[in-house]
Amino acid sequence: METLLAILVGILYTAGFYMLLRRSILKFIIGIIFLSNATNLLVFLSAGLVAGSPAFIKDGNMQAEKTADPLPQALVLTAIVIGLGILVFTLALKYKYFEVTGTDDLDQLKKTDD
Amino acid sequence: MTAVALPILIPFVLIISLLFVKSVRWARVIAIAGSTVLLCVSVYLFIRLGSEKVITLNAGGWPSPAGITLVVDYLSALMLITASVLLLTISIYSVRFLSVSFDRPKFYLFFFSLAMGLNGSFITGDVFNLYVWFEVMLMSSFVLIAMGSRKEQLEGSIKYLALNLTGSMLFLAGIGLLYGKTGTLNMAHLAEILKNDDQAMLMNTTAMLFFVAFGIKAALFPLFFWLPASYHTPDITVTSLFAGLLTKVGVYAFIRFFTLFFVQDQVFWHNLLLITAGFTMLTGGMSASAHYETRRILSYHIISQIGYMVMGLGIFTPLALAGAIFFTIHNMIAKTNTFLISGIISKMKGTFYLKDIGGLYKQNPFLAVLFIIPAFALAGIPPLSGFFGKFMLIKAGLEDKHYVITTVAVFTGILTLYSMIKIWNEAFLKKQPDNAFNQSGKIKTGFIEVLPSVILGLVSILMGLFAATVFQYTLEAANQLIDPTIYIEKVLHTLKQ
Repeated sequence: METLLAILVGILYTAGFYMLLRRSILKFIIGIIFLSNATNLLVFLSAGLVAGSPAFIKDGNMQAEKTADPLPQALVLTAIVIGLGILVFTLALKYKYFEVTGTDDLDQLKKTDD
Repeated sequence: MTAVALPILIPFVLIISLLFVKSVRWARVIAIAGSTVLLCVSVYLFIRLGSEKVITLNAGGWPSPAGITLVVDYLSALMLITASVLLLTISIYSVRFLSVSFDRPKFYLFFFSLAMGLNGSFITGDVFNLYVWFEVMLMSSFVLIAMGSRKEQLEGSIKYLALNLTGSMLFLAGIGLLYGKTGTLNMAHLAEILKNDDQAMLMNTTAMLFFVAFGIKAALFPLFFWLPASYHTPDITVTSLFAGLLTKVGVYAFIRFFTLFFVQDQVFWHNLLLITAGFTMLTGGMSASAHYETRRILSYHIISQIGYMVMGLGIFTPLALAGAIFFTIHNMIAKTNTFLISGIISKMKGTFYLKDIGGLYKQNPFLAVLFIIPAFALAGIPPLSGFFGKFMLIKAGLEDKHYVITTVAVFTGILTLYSMIKIWNEAFLKKQPDNAFNQSGKIKTGFIEVLPSVILGLVSILMGLFAATVFQYTLEAANQLIDPTIYIEKVLHTLKQ
């Protein structure tokens, strides 16, 4: 299972970076979504998967091998929330940019570079 | 000690109170008073360090390494003080220079959320917590840079956002791998685990993710392209705020990570740091000399000076690290000051473009004096602060036989001097060209308009005059970094009992 998910992370990263390099701002944002989810999955996998066991057990009867590591789950929750906030901001920025310039083409963004 | 949390809590309280403030005047009062309190707290923490060496606080009462530990050592305290000085001066500066088209009370709200993220990054002792503070800072900087929504501003924000977001993802991915390999995210605990690690190669992949992530934040070669593309677009107050603070957090993270726990494969990392530092200095310095817009020149300068700080880290002797910290403090002060003055110039002349301005030396000699202090400090002319920073770095480089990087550093110093003289000649000495902005006679500047520059200029001069005292503290900080035993003991003392 871990191998499969690791491959999925790789595919998501590839897709994400490919989308980042497209010309449209919307595709760029989709790329960010891919990257963000790939990263979240990677963090989640970092402690290894423990199938069918909870992160906490009542009454302190805990054994390290039989419980899932709660920390990556907590980290991923935080990361998902942050990712969502950033995504919403990016969409708002894209909307505003479209409103001001009427274009979705990243190749038009050349004015501030020279 | 609970006071450790104050640099985070004070901005938080200010953010909450600014939510309800509608009048600009009150928002200004809150901003200036709030930054003064922040400065006092930072100084208090710094004084407490004298007896305690490292102050820690386990947030929420969770013992480390399970909970988040807030740690203040000399490096954090010095950065906190410098950052609060900048916040105070910029909040004074914003009284006159903040664009009227902004929703100004909201500006102060994001100003303090940036401050909260900044202070949080300086005092946290947990890697994931550092990521969260980075994001707090990044989100507020996104809002600040896009505030006003002019066309080129939005364009600049998209570029700023694109690279910084990629950096954040890499940072988070690095955290995931780091946790997978070590099972902890507490910096002191990491240091203890990785100290005796014999599989240095395995850590390198993780460290590289952090290297690229911080490289993007700190604007290192070849990852700096977001900076010159975006820093000249927002309001000058926002640019000054970013110029002094944002990239330096990246440098701080570099120093923290590569002295505390990524210390296994030193030869490789130090060489990589030195090579990137050299290229960063050169490309930044050379690009600066090709431009004629003050904000662009100064933006490229930020990049070239980041090179010096990273060079200090790459040489990795106590003197070099002390020099790097000294240089960082000096640079934050002087760089912000030059941006503030370029704002004053543009307010007088209506443009940032050097070809269209001139004759300021005759029109306002006092402004000329104000400009020459940070400009000479940046160029490294004694007795101002920049000279001592560069002197320490170059001396450390020669002592440790890093001749190439030292040559590059000296050469970049000349490039810096060239750009500063260019601004000086074009804006102050040259005659005013005939154009729409033509103004003759004296131009007056108000007291509040120049007060921030006066404060920062004085700090630059005092840092030069009392360089020995400041150096003592930076050397103390460097020693704590090179031998982090006290840091580790203080954070993990609950484990040993």
